[in-house]
Order: sequence, then C-alpha cells, then structure tokens
Amino acid sequence: MDLKETLLSSYLVFDAQDGPQHKLQDQRAAAIDVFEQQGFPTKKEEDWKYTSLRNLIKTNFSVFPKEEVNLKLDEVKEYILQDVDTYKIVFVDGIYNAYLSETTHEGVDVCLLSAALTKPKYADTIKKYFNQIAEKDASLTALNTAFTKEGAYIHVPEGKLVEKPVQIIHFTTDKNPNLLLQPRNLIVVGKNAEIQIVERHQSLTTNETFTNVVTEIFTEQNAQLDYYKIQNDQTTASLIDSTYISQRKHSHARVHTFSFGGKLTRNNLNFYHKDPEINSTMKGITLIEGSQFVDHHSLVHHAQPNSESHQDYKGIFAEKSTGVFNGKIIVEKEAQKTNAFQQNNNILMDDKASINTKPQLEIFADDVKCSHGCTIGQLDEDALFYMQTRGIPTKEARGLLTYAFANNILQSVKIDSVKKRINKLIAEKLGVNIGFDV
Amino acid sequence: MLSIDNLHAGCEGKTILQGINLDVKPGEVHAIMGPNGSGKSTLSTVIAGHEDYEVSQGTILFEGEDIADLSADERAHKGIFLSFQYPVEIPGVTVTNFIKTAINQNRKAKGLEDMPANVMLKKIREKAALLEIDSRFLSRSLNEGFSGGEKKRNEIFQMAMLEPKLAILDETDSGLDIDALRIVANGVNKLKGKDNAIVVITHYQRLLEYIVPDFVHVLHEGKIVKSGTKELALELEEKGYDWIKQGA
Repeated sequence: MDLKETLLSSYLVFDAQDGPQHKLQDQRAAAIDVFEQQGFPTKKEEDWKYTSLRNLIKTNFSVFPKEEVNLKLDEVKEYILQDVDTYKIVFVDGIYNAYLSETTHEGVDVCLLSAALTKPKYADTIKKYFNQIAEKDASLTALNTAFTKEGAYIHVPEGKLVEKPVQIIHFTTDKNPNLLLQPRNLIVVGKNAEIQIVERHQSLTTNETFTNVVTEIFTEQNAQLDYYKIQNDQTTASLIDSTYISQRKHSHARVHTFSFGGKLTRNNLNFYHKDPEINSTMKGITLIEGSQFVDHHSLVHHAQPNSESHQDYKGIFAEKSTGVFNGKIIVEKEAQKTNAFQQNNNILMDDKASINTKPQLEIFADDVKCSHGCTIGQLDEDALFYMQTRGIPTKEARGLLTYAFANNILQSVKIDSVKKRINKLIAEKLGVNIGFDV
Repeated sequence: MLSIDNLHAGCEGKTILQGINLDVKPGEVHAIMGPNGSGKSTLSTVIAGHEDYEVSQGTILFEGEDIADLSADERAHKGIFLSFQYPVEIPGVTVTNFIKTAINQNRKAKGLEDMPANVMLKKIREKAALLEIDSRFLSRSLNEGFSGGEKKRNEIFQMAMLEPKLAILDETDSGLDIDALRIVANGVNKLKGKDNAIVVITHYQRLLEYIVPDFVHVLHEGKIVKSGTKELALELEEKGYDWIKQGA
C-alpha cells in the first residue's frame, strides 16, 4: 500500500473513532475527497516544480501514535526558550503534554484546538474563523483538514496586548516511529490586540518523521502579530508548513522563518488582504548543508488600496543542499498605491549547492510600486583575503562574512531571546565562535 | 626582521617580481617607489601571503623564518600587517566588531584568552582618538560608504589596534586630501618604534614628507633598480621615473 492509500484507510478509522458527533465531520469528509482526487503534489504542478515529495512519501508513515510519551524537561530544555517568560503549548508525538505546557484563559485564550472545537463557548469563534482561509483545493492542506483534531488555539480579545510570547512546540520521539503529524493551529488577534508567537517542530529521533502543519491566522483591525518559525530539525525530519494569514485594516503581520535544517522543508506562507492600508512583512534566513532542502513559497494577495508588503529572504547553501524561493505577489485592480517589495539574496558556498529563485508578479493595478530582486553569488574572495591579513583565519572569516550577509534579517526580531537563539544557531552552523553582535 | 632574497613571484603564470632583494631591520622605515605596473602592489601582496600569488624562486624570511608556506592569517599572527590600497567593504560587520574579532583571533593564535571587554573598549577609544576618528564611525559597517580618507584612516586605526611588527602601507596616500594625509601620517609616526618596521609603498614623494624614510628603493619591471636615502625620493620627484627607466 502506498502512503496515499494508507492515509485514506486511516481516515476511515479516524472518522469512525471520533467522527459522527464531531462538528467538523462534514468539513473533514469534503477535505479527504479533495486529497483522494489530487493525491500528493508532483513536480508536474507548477508550484511543486522544484520540490519532489517522491522520496518522502516512500516511507509508510502512520497518523496514529501508539503510545503516549512523557518527556522530562531536561531532555528537551535546549529546544524551549528559557530566558523569557512565555506561555507554552507543547505536544509530544502529536499528543498534548500538560507537564511541559503553560496555557491560560486569563485575558487571552492560549489553549488546545481540541478544547475549542468541543466547548460551546468557543463555537462562534470556530464557526467564524476555522477553515475559512486555508486553501480548500490544496491537497496537503486538505489532508490536514481531514485529520484535524489537535493543535494550538490562540484568541487574543480586542485591545489586549499579550506581554508573554507564546511558544508552540512539537516533539517527535523514537517511541512512535515514522509518525505523520498534522497539527492544526487557529490564531485570532482581535482589534487593537498584539501577540508574539514562536513555533518549533523538533524531532528527537533519527527515524523518519513528517509534519504537515496548517496554521490559520486572522489579524483584525489594527492588530499586531509577530510570528517566528524556528526550523532546525534532524536530517530525517520533513516539514510542510502551510500558513494562511487574513488581515484587516491597519493590521501588521510579521513572519520570520529561520530554516536551519531538516530533510525537506517547505514553507507555504500566504497573506490575504481584506481591507485597505495593511502591512505584511515576511523575512527569512535559510542556512543549510549536506543534502538538506528548503523551499519558501510565499504569496501576498493585495486586494485593496494603500497597502504594503515587505519580503526579504537570505539563503546560504553549503555542500549539496538545495533551496527554492518562489515569491508570488498579486496586486488586484482595486489595489492602487500598493507598495510591494521583494528581495531574495543567496550565497552558494560550494559547487554542488543550488538555488532556484523566482519572483512571480501579477499586477493588475496601474499605480503601484513593486520592486523585486534576487541575487545568487559566492562569498567575496577579496574580503576573505582582507580579513586574513588582519589575522582572521579563513573559517572564521567565512563565518563572519556569512553572518554579515544574513544579519539584517534579525534587526526586526522583537524577542531578544529569539535573537540570541538564532545567533547561537548560526554560529553553531558555521562552526565558529566569534561572538556575534546584533 | 624582513629579509627578501632573489624573490621571483607572480600570478596566473606571469612572473611579475623578477628578483627582489630587500632587508628591513627593526626600527627602520623603508619606502618603495616606482612607476605604475612596476610590481609595487604585487610585492606587498606576496609578503602578506595572497594564495593566488606564487613564489617561483627566492625566499622571504620574517624574523629568520621562511614564511612561504604560511597563510595570510598566520603571517598576520606573526606580526605582518598590510594596509590596503583599496580596503574592502564588508557590509553588516561594524568597525568595532571587526577589530574585536581580529584582535581576539590574533590572541587565540598566541594561546591567549579574549581581551576583556573593558580593556578592548579603552584601547579602541585611545586609538580612535589618535586617528581623530569619531565614535559614531565605529558603529558603521566596515568601509561601506566610507570616503577615501576614512578608509585609509580606518586602515591605520586597525594597524594601531593590532600593533604589528612589520607594517606595509600600500599607497596609503592615494585618495587623501592634505588634512587626512597629515592625520594618517601622524598616526603612523606615533606607532613607529625601535622594535617595529614600516615599509611605505608609494607612487609620489608627498607622503614621505610626513613619514620620513631611512631608505628609498626604486622598483622597475619587478626589480629594485636603485636604492638610497630619502634624498633619492626628492631626486625622483624632480626628474621623474623616465630617469630610472632610461638608466635601467
């Protein structure tokens, strides 16, 4: 049986277990039909031209964890931000871990989607937002919807500034080999509200793991969202992240994605503008080696006038690693005075490293400012020699130059602890200890 | 300190230096002059250890040790410093962060701990003052958008921080106005001592009015064709390089 068939039959079991009385049953059923018709995307599809899932789906992943696993804090401490007070929603092999978590309902709901889906007091919010902007016809998003059961639920009410960042963390262990996780997150940031979120998927095993996560985010009028994705996983862990952000007037959503490792990582990051005067920012650093693969597919849909989007992605590819960047910007006819900026700069450290980068602009308005640029280059040899003459050895010189190439992305990171963590990860990846300043 | 014997070197299969002999002792200031294309910059690049340049014949001894097989950073750790004619811009690395890294990498090579932050800061302030460098300048990206004068001042600032035994100043006067020239030369002179040596590479005699050499060498077609004292520089200024070319 191939993975598609396994999943289709798993769906029947899943549906029988908790389907009949579940309010999502109809949506799940519609979604599994989409997946059944489309299957996993192939390279024949334009959006997947450079990204092959063939290898990944050879493994017969299971959606059912066999046992509930307890982790000690000491085992996973290094993956959790410790030097800042945060709310935490932690899952182990897809199952909520209360011991490692810190949720709340005081002034803000930071809890589980499973709870929000079942408790009557959340019914209105679920009805209004759940599965409203996730693509219905994208097969992997549909697959996630079909198996929707658990994830993070965050609802920031109007006017609330949430001072503690929220960490959403998923661990996979060796107790449940070859697990396919499909977390589903729903985040609503109310009018004039603010929140910061950090998301991380971490495999603690060298077994193959596959995460197909879908996150829906709604930023209401004048809301502020900062979202940080830290992707630094095992070389046996694959991640497909589909994030959909729907924005209302004067809201500002900023997403930073730090892709430092994994077997295959695909980020589908989509912004939809529902009003005029919206601001969207997406930034990222990709720093990979070996035969790792990272793909960033972004979409900004400018539908109304006077909005801005800023996109800045830096990629550093060593050894045989491969990157993809596809930045799609749609400016509708009504979206006059749009200011859309896109930049993708890459460094290839070795001959066998590669990057496919493609801006994709579809502009139907006539009074807009859209700029895009991409570069692919190597480290500056003259700069390396210059640094050597000052006593900085090649390895450190390369490290410093690489860091300098990428570090402007960190300037807009608001949580110091995240900044420090990213600095540390970059230094580790580059194998140098040169005390980076931010 | 530096002893160059019959040096033949070049790059991409082309021999540019055709038998250089040069002996520099501690406390001395040497000037190397010559027309464009005579091999001045090649000589400094070869001494600094650029890996694209190959020594085909002859030796370079630094404090008695053959440095032919040392990389540029290892030569820097021994105390050789090259001030670039065209300093490289490094966006994203501040002047302060760069010099801190350089100092600590040099210390690491000597088996020393990182310089304590307060000591580093004090030293940076002191040397910046010597070169009349504004503190705001120190938090700018290295050489990015610097004027010619700022770049050269920054080179000498780094020299002051690193305290090399042998400093090679490649065309340090190019692109400098008279005030910047005075500041740079003043900085260099304050760093001069009985234990270190300076090799000034220049096209014009102008800089030598400020940094007075003990010896002047004239380079032509990859060879030192004439050596003398500081009066030779004046003679060159007066008669031009054609005088040397004809003589050679």
